[in-house]
Amino acid sequence: MTLTAARPAGTRRRPARSRSGGRETFLLLLPALVPVLVLSVGPLLYGILLAFTDARSGRNTETSFVGLANFGDLLADGDFWESFRIGMVWAVSVTVLQFLASLGLALLLNQDLRLRGFARVLALVPWAMPPVVIGLMWRLVYHPDAGILNAVLGTDVDWLNDFSVALPAVILVGVWMGMPQTTVVLLAGLQNVPKELYEAAGVDGAGVWRRFWNITLPQLRPVIVAITSLDFVWNINQFSLVYVLTQGGPGGRTRLPMLFAYEEAFRYGFFGYAATLGVAITIVVLAVLGLYLWRQMREAD
Amino acid sequence: MGGSTVRTALKYLALLGYLVFLAFPLAWLLSTALKTPQEMASLDPTWIPRNPTLANFADAFGEQDIVGSAARSMVVALASAVITVLVALPAAYALARFRSTLNKVAIGWVLVSQVFPVILIIIPLFMVLRRLELVNTLPGLALVHVTFTLPFALWMLQGYVRAIPRELEEAASVDGAGRLRALASVVAPLLVPGVVATLLFAFISSWNEFLFALVVLKDPEVATLPLTLVKFTGPEGVVRLGPLAAASLLATIPSLAFFAIIQRRLRSGLMAGAVKG
Repeated sequence: MTLTAARPAGTRRRPARSRSGGRETFLLLLPALVPVLVLSVGPLLYGILLAFTDARSGRNTETSFVGLANFGDLLADGDFWESFRIGMVWAVSVTVLQFLASLGLALLLNQDLRLRGFARVLALVPWAMPPVVIGLMWRLVYHPDAGILNAVLGTDVDWLNDFSVALPAVILVGVWMGMPQTTVVLLAGLQNVPKELYEAAGVDGAGVWRRFWNITLPQLRPVIVAITSLDFVWNINQFSLVYVLTQGGPGGRTRLPMLFAYEEAFRYGFFGYAATLGVAITIVVLAVLGLYLWRQMREAD
Repeated sequence: MGGSTVRTALKYLALLGYLVFLAFPLAWLLSTALKTPQEMASLDPTWIPRNPTLANFADAFGEQDIVGSAARSMVVALASAVITVLVALPAAYALARFRSTLNKVAIGWVLVSQVFPVILIIIPLFMVLRRLELVNTLPGLALVHVTFTLPFALWMLQGYVRAIPRELEEAASVDGAGRLRALASVVAPLLVPGVVATLLFAFISSWNEFLFALVVLKDPEVATLPLTLVKFTGPEGVVRLGPLAAASLLATIPSLAFFAIIQRRLRSGLMAGAVKG
C-alpha cells in the first residue's frame, strides 16, 4: 500500500486505452459483481423489503405486504423499547469508555516508557481472539464459584446472572474487547501530529495539559470522530459476545437489539418483524451518526 | 525535577494498570486450562495451579466434538477464503486500474455494509439457503461467509493492486506482451503478498464467525468450532471448564498467528479497522 505514494510524479498521465476500457472493465467486474449483487446487496434489499411484510419462518406460509404495520407494532412493543434502551446504554457506554481508556493507553504508548513494546503487543491480543473465546474467557473470570473475580475481591456475586450487575459486567468485557482497534487508530493519529507544533508550544512555555488541549486533541479530532463513529456502529450491532456471555439474560437485562431480533427471527419465526427491527436500528444509527458528524463538523469550522 | 519524577512514576502506574486489565483475563484462561478437574471443583480458586497439567489439552483433542468441529471450521474457512479471493480479484483489479463510477459505488458499498445490522442480511440469506436445501450444510455456511467477507476483501485487494505501479504493466506491453501475459508475468508475482493477506483475513473471519453459523447450522453434527465451544459446558458444570479453556486457547491459535504476521502493518495503523470484532 505504501508504494502508491512513491510513484513518480511525472507518470500520472493516463494511458489512452483506459478511456476505451469500458467494456473490459465491465467484463472484469462481472464475475465479482454478480456474486456481490446476488449474495450481498440483494439479500440486504430483500431484508429491508421483508420489514414491510408479515413473513414467517414456516415453509408454506403466505407472505403479504403489510405496509408500516410492523413499525406500528414495534413502537407499541414494550420489550423492544426495553431492548432498545439497553442497546443504547451498552453502545454509548462501551464507545465512550473504550475511547477514554484507549486514548489514555495510546498516550502512554506514544511515550518513551519501558515495557512499551510488550504493552503494544499485549494491547493487540484481544483483537486477535475470536469473540466467542473472549466471551468464554470472561465467563471463566466471572464464574461465581470457579472464577477469579470473586476470589480476588472476596465477594460472592453471580456477576452475569445478577439483575443489577449483569449489564455493567458485560459492558466491561465490551470495553476490553474493543480497546485494541481504538488504541491502534488513536496511536497512529498521535504519531501523525507534527512535532513542530509541540516544539513551538514548548517555546511558549505551555504545560502538559495546555499542550494536550490545544494541540493534541484538535489534531486528533478527525481520527477521534472516525473511530468513535465506527465503534458506535459496531457496538450497537454487537451480538456474539453478549450471546456467549449471557444469552441476553438475566431476565432480558442484557438483551441487546440484535439478540432481540435474533430471538424474534429464529426462535419465534417472525422474520418480517425482526427485519423491521433491523431497519429501525439502522435508522437510529444513521440519525445518531448524522447528528454526531454534523455537530463535529460545525465545531471544527 | 521532583515533579517530573512523580509524573514518570504516575505514568508507569497507569501503564501497569492497563497491563493488568488487559492481561488478567488471559492469565486466568491459561491458569484454568492448566488445572486438574479436582482443583476446578475446589472452592478457593488460585492464580497458580497447584498441580499444573496438560491433561486438559489432551482431553480437548480427545473430544470427538471438538476435533470434528475444528476440522469442519477449517474446511469452511479454507473454502470461503479461496472463493472470496477468486471472486474478488478480477473486480479488485478492474476497480484499481480503471477509473469509473463503479469505483465509488464499490467503496461506498464497503462502508454501507458496516452500518447495516447483519440481521437484515441473515434472514434473507437463510430463506435462500432453505430454498436451495443448503441449511445445515457446510457449503451453505461457506457461501454465507463469502458474502460476508467479500466487500472488505474487495477493498483490501484493490488497495494492493493500486500499489503496483501501472508503468510496470505498460513496460511489459511495450515489450510486446499482451495484457494477459503482462498480468501473469508482472502483476501476479507482485500481488502475491496482498493475495496472501486477503486469504488470511477471509480465513480468520470465517474461522471466528459465530452468528451465521448459529443460524445456518442447527444440527450439532455439522457444528463449527465456535458453536461447539459455546455448547461445551453443560450441566456437568465446573469440571469441564478446564478442557473448555484449553480448547478455547487452541481455537485462538490461527487468529493469533494471523495477527503475528500482520502486526507490523497493524501498528502503523494502515490496517486499522480491518478486522471487526
